Amino acid sequence: MDADAAAVQAAEVEQEALISGSEAVAVATKLVDVDVLTAYPIRPYDTLMQYVAKQIADGEQDAEYIVAESEHSQFEIAKHASAVGARALCGSSGVGWCYAFEAIAVTPALRLPLVAMVGNRALDDPGAFGTEHNDALAARDLGWLHVWVDTAQEALDTTLLAYRVAEDRRVYLPVAISTDGAFLTHSQSLVRVPPRAWVDRFLPPYDRGKLVLHPDNPITIAPQVNEDWLMEIRRQTDEAMRQAPGVIEEAWRDFRAIFGRGDGSPFFEEYYTDDAEIVLVGMGTLSMPVRVVVRKLRAEGQKVGFVRVRWFRPFDYEGLGALLSRFAAIGVVDRDFSMGSPFHSGVLANEIRATLYAQDRRPPVASFISGLGGREVTIPNVREMFELTRRAAESGAAPRDTLWIGVRS
Amino acid sequence: MGRTVSVEIVYRGIFQKTLAKNISRGVVLAARRGGKVGIAFGRYGDSPERNGVPAKNFAIVAPDQDELELSMAQYEPAETDVTIAVDDTLCKGVESWAWYGLQPINQKVRPDGVLVVTSTLPADAIVEFCHRKPFPYRLAVIPAIPSFSGLWVYKNDHTDVRVLGTLAKVCPELVSLEAMLAAIKEEWKDDLKVTSARRAYEQTEVRVVRPDEGNPEVPYTFTLPGWTAMREGVTVEGMPLGAPMRVGGEVGGYRPARNPYFKKFSTRTMRPVVDFEKCVKCTLCWLQCPDGCFDVTPEQTYDLNADACCGCGVCAAVCPVDDCITMVNEAAFTDHRSQWERYKADPAAYAAWVRGMLAGQSERSHGFRYRGQYQEQIAKLRAGAGGEGGGE
Ligand code: SF4
Ligand code: SF4
Repeated sequence: MDADAAAVQAAEVEQEALISGSEAVAVATKLVDVDVLTAYPIRPYDTLMQYVAKQIADGEQDAEYIVAESEHSQFEIAKHASAVGARALCGSSGVGWCYAFEAIAVTPALRLPLVAMVGNRALDDPGAFGTEHNDALAARDLGWLHVWVDTAQEALDTTLLAYRVAEDRRVYLPVAISTDGAFLTHSQSLVRVPPRAWVDRFLPPYDRGKLVLHPDNPITIAPQVNEDWLMEIRRQTDEAMRQAPGVIEEAWRDFRAIFGRGDGSPFFEEYYTDDAEIVLVGMGTLSMPVRVVVRKLRAEGQKVGFVRVRWFRPFDYEGLGALLSRFAAIGVVDRDFSMGSPFHSGVLANEIRATLYAQDRRPPVASFISGLGGREVTIPNVREMFELTRRAAESGAAPRDTLWIGVRS
Repeated sequence: MGRTVSVEIVYRGIFQKTLAKNISRGVVLAARRGGKVGIAFGRYGDSPERNGVPAKNFAIVAPDQDELELSMAQYEPAETDVTIAVDDTLCKGVESWAWYGLQPINQKVRPDGVLVVTSTLPADAIVEFCHRKPFPYRLAVIPAIPSFSGLWVYKNDHTDVRVLGTLAKVCPELVSLEAMLAAIKEEWKDDLKVTSARRAYEQTEVRVVRPDEGNPEVPYTFTLPGWTAMREGVTVEGMPLGAPMRVGGEVGGYRPARNPYFKKFSTRTMRPVVDFEKCVKCTLCWLQCPDGCFDVTPEQTYDLNADACCGCGVCAAVCPVDDCITMVNEAAFTDHRSQWERYKADPAAYAAWVRGMLAGQSERSHGFRYRGQYQEQIAKLRAGAGGEGGGE
């Protein structure tokens, strides 16, 4: 840390607050001084808009807070706000996110760095509030950056990181922060809230430069282009996504220097992996029961570990490939499904398989679908998945098709 | 180091939502002062915005983050050290959602755990509502009406801090009185609240409930089907048609079939009592009840199905005859027997029963019927409890 940073850090201290994951995102919007927030209620995302509304009503936050008449308009408004150079936040859950899909799909090509919180929720019907990752993952291929968090603290920290990465001139892409419905959005825990001065030091103002929509800078956004231009535009978005990993690493380094949090890779979190023979891989609050079981199995003498994928897009195929190829077997736990996909797997499992294909050493990959619709992934469920992964390590082959864990048959 | 301590708060939506939240936050903030970590959350599937619907909040406190992780990413703890009911009628059990069955109020209370109830009833009467447990547990009653504390315009009656003070007494492992009072002071910045909490601490009386005490009924439960046995296409069977009522030798009228998987009565805080002698058979109660709770008797009067009634009071409001349908505090009832069968068995005894129900009913804050009612209740409670009820 340079002398400057030390001075800033000494000037103010963090406060502790008892807040949920969504409330932590709301607090972060205050810290980064978001200009425009757009909202449309759906559980569990609505916990974010409620808390923002409270912050504004209490005079703690100064922002344009626009409740739209649907998610489609909500995302369109945020998109346009971003185009005129406003720092914007929106978000939704489940089918609400899907209702906004047209706006979601066009945002990356326009290079608009808005940040959205996805309170992950099953896509109803049937009506269900619980977490399932298919909502955010429906937009996985379009040029949105996707990050999954597992604590309210990480939700706050990641919101700060998200703006820093999204608004970097090399990237200018939107970021979706996925927070598991209920376990993160509706559970309050103790969160350290950094002072504004640290955040100001970490996050420069959003400068849209020549791309800003303003009378002084006359531009037209999104004209009809057809086949003459589209492929080049896609390649530009692709290039921005390729730049993102380096920008994320830079941001992570600075974040650690200023806030004193964030060890290891920004892209994934390792838990007891150093000498692990087998690991489970997953995203979000799945980490809670898995970490508990890792500690229990370690106490029983089993060399097990856990890898939690944070950034799903960009997918760190190099880092994860190098890490995962070390183990004797891997079990991937998807809180999502991909009907008809290879091996009837979830989305993450096939990304991991593709990642490992480029490695010289390719351990067997057992794949599991569990916790859909917010069903609790229990301690026995996790033990079972570790056991199946251990057997794959011993026999050198995992079950070919994905296994559903915790489903009543 | 200590262990994980779990507190459950069972309350009625929407009126007690803030109260429950304040209690669960208070627990975690107080425990924090003792160097512990914790989480406060509402049970996710609940609909706490709906009037009277039973809902739950939890506070879980652990010695460290590793220990706490076991309780994170869960909807509710498997067992509780303390369960708090902020409305005594919840002690009859709660049915949260279709297929949940009836959950006894003390279902999660662990051996030697505590059930805390706010009520104007004596502890022995509360015990009668609660389902039996195979092991002894403890019961503490805080003298109070079902509180709306924290809800918009309603005055804060200090129920939140009185519960918190009681917690420090019945579960010292969770938090010391000093830490609790300090947390209350910081969260509410109100010395009077600190005083209320301290008084609750001092006045708490705890009674042991033995396995042979309480409601002996076995609560209904359901077994959820597996995916191979379920109907496809997200479909469930519709309700079949009903059938005539059969009572003794009499057959006639109509009893509709009702949803066996979601009965709804645990939402009720007041129950309609029908005086069949006064009924003019106008059909209004039957037509207007939003839940189709009335069975048509062979005499074309209307008999309440107490399993289905959520206690909304619409029937009493639309009945054109004075004192023909009267809403009575649910705490006055111990069973769901058919009122009409009771009436047919012995009309004179039934008339006496109805008179008794109407005369002896205690007040409830199930919605307010007139301005100032709440203040009156508080004043009465203060007088009754030797000046200890109200707070401000
Ligand atoms: S109180 Fe009356 S109207 Fe309301 S549900 Fe019960 S029977 Fe029906
Ligand atoms: S509304 Fe009253 S008078 Fe009319 S049928 Fe019902 S109980 Fe009888």
